[in-house]
Amino acid sequence: MPMKTPYADLPLERLFHEHPHVRDFLAALGLAELPAGPTLASCLAALDEERLEDVGLERQELLARFAAYMEGVERLLRPQRATIGSVTVIGGRDKSGAAENFTLELRPGEVTCIVGPTGSGKSRFLADIEWLAQGDSPTGRRVLINGAVPDPGRRYAVDQKLVAQLSQNMNFVMDLSAEEFISLHAESRMVAEPAAVTRTILDLANSLAGEQFTPATPVTALSGGQSRALMIADVACLSSSPIVLIDEIENAGIDRKRALALLADRDKIILMATHDPILALMGERRLVFKNGGVARIIATSAAERANLARFEEMDARLTAVRHALRNGEEIAGEF
Amino acid sequence: MRLITVAGPPSSGKTAIICKAAEALRAEGVSVGVVKFDCLSSGDQALYERRGIPARTGLSGNLCPDHFFVSNIEECLAWGVRSGFDLLISESAGLCNRCAPHIKDVCAVCVIDNLSGVETPRKIGPMLKMADIVVVTKGDIVSQAEREVFAHRVRQVNAGAVIIHVNGLTGQGGHELGRLLRGAAPVVAVEGRLLRFSMPAALCSYCLGQRRIGADFQMGNVKKMELE
Repeated sequence: MPMKTPYADLPLERLFHEHPHVRDFLAALGLAELPAGPTLASCLAALDEERLEDVGLERQELLARFAAYMEGVERLLRPQRATIGSVTVIGGRDKSGAAENFTLELRPGEVTCIVGPTGSGKSRFLADIEWLAQGDSPTGRRVLINGAVPDPGRRYAVDQKLVAQLSQNMNFVMDLSAEEFISLHAESRMVAEPAAVTRTILDLANSLAGEQFTPATPVTALSGGQSRALMIADVACLSSSPIVLIDEIENAGIDRKRALALLADRDKIILMATHDPILALMGERRLVFKNGGVARIIATSAAERANLARFEEMDARLTAVRHALRNGEEIAGEF
Repeated sequence: MRLITVAGPPSSGKTAIICKAAEALRAEGVSVGVVKFDCLSSGDQALYERRGIPARTGLSGNLCPDHFFVSNIEECLAWGVRSGFDLLISESAGLCNRCAPHIKDVCAVCVIDNLSGVETPRKIGPMLKMADIVVVTKGDIVSQAEREVFAHRVRQVNAGAVIIHVNGLTGQGGHELGRLLRGAAPVVAVEGRLLRFSMPAALCSYCLGQRRIGADFQMGNVKKMELE
């Protein structure tokens, strides 16, 4: 097989045409304007010393940086959703050194709930998964991917992060409209059709949120429910992380059951820290944390599921009351 | 002993992540000392010492802080060796975003926070571009999408670095950062070593105390903007 031409030696026009994001890469380095040349390598070679001093770069490093960047892009473009069939966590020890004695296999589409008081070790558990612990974290746990010890390089690959996180106190801080914001994310993920993905995400978010918003609504002006809906739709469609950690989905203004179903349909492994009776029983199982370790794993039983149905009924009744209150009705009759 | 240079914009969380990493390292029997470089005042030495981390402070006053750093790092290293630390961390704020305390073959860390906005990685020079490890903080308060866009922007300007998220409040990621720092190459002396990049050229009349404005008073390194 002939050796592949390095990207920096491709005719410049072809490079920009096939990889339009290279322009953005150069702009990020402060090199939006380059001296003319047939290839990127020749343009970089023609840069004058003063310009390099100004942007704070060394000439000999530039080509290596570009090559490393393109390598990352190639990794990003490789399909990887299908490559994770399971994540296995092998128990270590709790804060007192007592063995946890469990092996837990998490599969795409499954919901696992996490319960326990603050400080009981929930964050450490997630950190172990994210770090792909191999007995080298304070808990001594080990994490396997598809039943095998993962490549150590994977720990540091930001584009292959295992865990995407959605929590209560997260906000949008960018000053952009919902559409601009999602497009920006889609571009950074290098998806083939950013406009189409953006539309899908906005539609999904609107179907999850109680009140509608438009593509032009600034993300900072979204209500709590709308923000959460947009974050969930975005993680479902754009994040490459196979595991989604949800830190409690609040009751206000979002269809929680559908939100979970959406993530499960996208083959995400869902971990949810919650003490909400309906959400906690919706999962396949729940991990009970105590003293820094997993004290128990409870599979949701048939009896629990029967109770879930009753809780859902109660929830529906409360929702009806909330609705009636919002409409200015009197709450005197049967509810 | 291992030496680590940690730099990052003011308030990005440098002290917090150093504390978390140092605490995790200490739990594993690794002794850590810190030298804090600041400009006018710093309460961080007390903050470190309250956690049982030996620390020294250098205030640059009216000198350029990064030039002050280079002129003192050798002596700081000697202090670290005398104190018998396994790891010495120097902490400095990159105030103009163009300076960097990073030294060739000495582990270099840059700390930046998600809240500073997605344009920030483009605005920081060699301090970020030439770091070996980029620590991203305050990820718990922004959306997953923003974290991913931010990390992408960091990768654009420094594709080779290890990017790690650390939460300075809960400490999540601190243990992992400690692991990375432990892997740094040992350093015996820095005399004769090279900075990873030159500091911005200074030395104009204003460096020497001139206060009056006007072309007649500008001497040395003077650069004019193009406004047309």
